[in-house]
Amino acid sequence: MIGIPHLLVHEHNDNVGVVVVEGLKSGTKMLCCITADNSTFELEAMADVPIGHKVALDDLKKGDTATKYGEDIGKFISDVIKGGHVHVHNLKTKRW
Amino acid sequence: MASKYSNRTFMGYRRDNGRAGVRNHVLILPVDDISNAAVEAVGNNIKGTLAVPHAYGRLQFGEDLDLHFRTMIGTGSNPNVAACIVIGIEPGWTKIIVDGIAKTGKPVEGFSIEQNGDLKTIMDASRKAKEFVHYASELQKEEISISELWVSTKCGESDTTTGLGSCPTVGNMFDKLLPEGIYGCFGETSEITGAEHICKKRAISEEVGNKWYKMWEAYQNEVIEQFKTDDLSDSQPTKGNIEGGLSTIEEKALGNLEKIGRTSKYIDILEPAEIPDSGNGLYFMDSSSAAAECVTLMAAGGYVVHTFPTGQGNVVGNPIVPVVKITANPRTIRTMSEHIDVDVSGILKREMTIDEAGDNLIDMIVRTANGRNTAAEALGHREFSMTKLYRSA
Repeated sequence: MIGIPHLLVHEHNDNVGVVVVEGLKSGTKMLCCITADNSTFELEAMADVPIGHKVALDDLKKGDTATKYGEDIGKFISDVIKGGHVHVHNLKTKRW
Repeated sequence: MASKYSNRTFMGYRRDNGRAGVRNHVLILPVDDISNAAVEAVGNNIKGTLAVPHAYGRLQFGEDLDLHFRTMIGTGSNPNVAACIVIGIEPGWTKIIVDGIAKTGKPVEGFSIEQNGDLKTIMDASRKAKEFVHYASELQKEEISISELWVSTKCGESDTTTGLGSCPTVGNMFDKLLPEGIYGCFGETSEITGAEHICKKRAISEEVGNKWYKMWEAYQNEVIEQFKTDDLSDSQPTKGNIEGGLSTIEEKALGNLEKIGRTSKYIDILEPAEIPDSGNGLYFMDSSSAAAECVTLMAAGGYVVHTFPTGQGNVVGNPIVPVVKITANPRTIRTMSEHIDVDVSGILKREMTIDEAGDNLIDMIVRTANGRNTAAEALGHREFSMTKLYRSA
């Protein structure tokens, strides 16, 4: 792989990835790596996103399920654009 | 089949019951909260002892009292303890704990305060503690196979990097060492919520998986359903988890479960603080996801080294069990490196594989077993936190 990735994605069918560098700025063309097979792609960050926080890999709608590790991690409670910041402001558990 | 791990050994303490210890504590253990002052006085009088005050032990009953005794007896029985002084307010419950620890064959003696007072109790217990220190300090280490290690795990202040890096590192270690014959343990019942369908399938058999699921479901029904609040009042995930990017319990649970690797399967379910008796292999202990409580329960279950992945930097330690901290978060390495024993941040940069990280952890486990003080030990973290099931009488 060329360079250090900005974003890691667990599985191919995930719709969110994790920022793994500090100080990521909106507009950054992120090098993204899918850890399942180390394949890479590029995605533009649409917000400043702190390390460890998630980014949407597609345009996602309120009511959609967030998928990470290839599994259901909760539901979107508002729309989020591709490259946008995903966290507790737009993603909620289905459990409690 | 021999692997590259089969010949690994460590220098440890062989106890009378055959178990291998990696520390050699003379423990001063209170039965109850009101004996803490005497316990701390003995610990102060006699150098080389370790007093472990705690908050409970009075007017407990039923299952909650059983758990208290199991935690006390298990802690004193842990192979990292060479000898143990037990002090309680009265002789009855003191004797129950002394008799339980005595089954290991190690030196143990009980003292009770009523009709003696603190001062006489402290003097008598100090004289015995001094004898125990002479005994323990003459014990010699011997070479012991890595297969005799009992290794537990629980993660804390998790974030998205724990699921990417530090938890899979522990999982890789278990995938490599469980086939060598070690005992493993994971737990955190509430924190499997969202990954329970996966955890159930990681049992050795359908029967064990069903037993696990019943235990998980009972916790949901008896505790969560009765007391639940929106987002569990920022307790699952915690404020620290959220700062680190975890948004939901499902996401946290999936990262948590990375600690049992790709191939490992659990062979049985343990009650909190229960010592396993179904042979070597991986166990699930029904336990709190709060760090100090969980590590205390696993230490009482007889585990001698604890592996602790953290993201945002949980600082927990344990009085008798070395807690090895692992992180993949470069910010945590930058801001609080004094708490970290194994840096696996190279995984996020794709410069280190999970396989290499697992080998690094195994090296650190062996070094820790040989006597290297962990970050938590050097910083004086000795959290000893009892789990309580319900209100006292």
